[in-house]
Amino acid sequence: MSAEATGKEPLLSVRDLVQEFTVRHSGGTGLGRVPSTPGVKAGVVQAVSGVSFDIMPGETLGIVGETGSGKSTLARSLLQAPPPKSGSVSFRGTDLTTLRGRKLLEARRHMQFVWQDPFGSLDPKWRVRSIVDEPLLAYHEGDRSARHKRVDELLDLVGLDPERYAKRHPRELSGGQAQRVAIARAVALNPSLLICDEAVSSLDVLIQAQVLNLFERLRHELGLSYLFIAHDLALVKQVSDRVAVMYLGRFCEVGPGESVYRKPLHPYTSALLDSIPSTEPGASRATATIKGEPPSPINPPSGCRFRTRCPRATELCAEQVPMPRELAPGHLVACHFPLSEPAPVASATASAPATQSTKVVSS
Amino acid sequence: MSDALLEVEDLRVAFAVGGREIRAVDGIGYTVEPGRTLAIIGESGSGKTVGCRAIMGLLPTGTAISGSARLRGTEMIGLSDSELRKHRGQDMAMVFQDPARSLNPTMRVGVQVTEAIQTHRKVSKKEAYDQAVELLRLVRIPVPDRRFHEYPHQLSGGMRQRIMIAMALACRPKLLIADEATTALDVTTQAQIMELMLELQQELDMGLILISHDLGLAASYADDVVVMYAGKIVEQAPAKTLFGTGGTVKMRYTRALLDAIPHLERPAHTQLPVVSGRPPDPANLPPGCSFAPRCPSAADDCRQTMPALVEHAAGHRWACWHPCENGVHA
Repeated sequence: MSAEATGKEPLLSVRDLVQEFTVRHSGGTGLGRVPSTPGVKAGVVQAVSGVSFDIMPGETLGIVGETGSGKSTLARSLLQAPPPKSGSVSFRGTDLTTLRGRKLLEARRHMQFVWQDPFGSLDPKWRVRSIVDEPLLAYHEGDRSARHKRVDELLDLVGLDPERYAKRHPRELSGGQAQRVAIARAVALNPSLLICDEAVSSLDVLIQAQVLNLFERLRHELGLSYLFIAHDLALVKQVSDRVAVMYLGRFCEVGPGESVYRKPLHPYTSALLDSIPSTEPGASRATATIKGEPPSPINPPSGCRFRTRCPRATELCAEQVPMPRELAPGHLVACHFPLSEPAPVASATASAPATQSTKVVSS
Repeated sequence: MSDALLEVEDLRVAFAVGGREIRAVDGIGYTVEPGRTLAIIGESGSGKTVGCRAIMGLLPTGTAISGSARLRGTEMIGLSDSELRKHRGQDMAMVFQDPARSLNPTMRVGVQVTEAIQTHRKVSKKEAYDQAVELLRLVRIPVPDRRFHEYPHQLSGGMRQRIMIAMALACRPKLLIADEATTALDVTTQAQIMELMLELQQELDMGLILISHDLGLAASYADDVVVMYAGKIVEQAPAKTLFGTGGTVKMRYTRALLDAIPHLERPAHTQLPVVSGRPPDPANLPPGCSFAPRCPSAADDCRQTMPALVEHAAGHRWACWHPCENGVHA
């Protein structure tokens, strides 16, 4: 998470990012028993609760998490859409949370997005050329003929023949081709950071591999950094230098991809790994090692948010929020009882956990 | 093969779209035995869903269906709607990808399960309620008598899929078809639902068909695997033969699918082996092997004649003129 050791300035530096949304009663009655007052706070969705990380120039950080873990909200908060509740987002040396209007727009041109559904993010009435041209026009990049040439270059770059595709509408493209158009548009302004939110999740596996290879090529050719968000751990590991595992609004583990996969430290990461069905020879069958479902982010558990489903949880986990600790080079975990240590004494014995927990905290 | 639950032979499904004939399923055959799981794998548009819908009688009228699908000895193809209705639910049932869209948002989930029971059985209201609660318990829904009264939007995706499975199992069918039933779910929930389906399969001695694009799912949960491409079966084998230690994949399309999956074992930032292009236009299939235009080792014979699906080794069929040696690209 920290960049002090390398001496280089991080491209993106996020500190204690918090994003919350207030949900109100719909105005209906609460299941027919207690009539609720319209407009009264029903609760606060704690979507992102204190997330910090850095991305170095040319680096790819992957974020994995399940539905509702807050990974997409985190991405949107970086973009200031909407701005986070608190915390800082320092991008190329400027804190985006302090910027508004034109200044924010100018700072944001170097940070571009690729979304999950290409058809949802491309205007169905526009032709491919106009779609890719739009950011160039919006930021006054060159005259008409220069932009025309640039769009041709961009389509070439993502592997679409401009002759054949520039005049098409999105509906005349396959899913993979439409995603390539979305990528061409995203790299049009030479961004330094590309945020991909489930950018290949809706594609068939062979097309998905083509687009992943394209991302990889662009990383080399354009020196791009990525924030790559997906629910598929294997996919994230494939493209990332470092991987962060997110659960209910917090990072539970961050580290080099290989290290997170070979030696997971957080019980949640380990459970995620166990539940992936694999085609590798000798791989054991996927197993559901954690039961139940994530609790609601409106009323998250106290202390460690994973404790309600964690096989290793003790009383300490309910009392204290585990702070991230670096247990291997660059590999941080937020857990009182990481998997590198023996399991805590069964929480059924009342006195034992208390004595042991103090030991762990002080170490 | 008399103990087979479902025997499909030379099943063909064709649609007429804008005066063009689209052969969505082009002569496929397989068998499912009680207590066993068959995975049908393929990309979007490969015909994997259409084939199963044809057996269930869930395709629009005017669709040309031929061939044979015998469920416990009874021919399903060509049955009238009212005859099919007797088998649907009773003998065979299907679970779909999107439980949110398959459930009625304005009805309590328990009532929807009760409806599934009363459609097929003459039972009193009280009996139907008891059976519905029992079904919710069967699919491991905690506090079933309370969940009975909730609406779909109050349940998570995994819980909704459990409700769909409960409805499908209302009449204890002999064959359950799960069409991408876990695709929309998170991996941890997917693992829970898959374990549930396999447990229920053993309890009820059902045959299970998993329709999926995910080879990992097939490797992890299926006994037998069918790989489809452009309406045809291109490879068919026990899962152990394909994926186990020393497993051999013969058809190059299956190999390409396997290679394109990001594996945790693969180092980061490596290029994935890919095949270019995309599946052919189903109304305008190439004369030879459908995969030839994308196949890295296609030769002249591949472009001229479609190879037949032949059993080359025990239980292992493939349709390829130049199969992979030892499971790897030659």
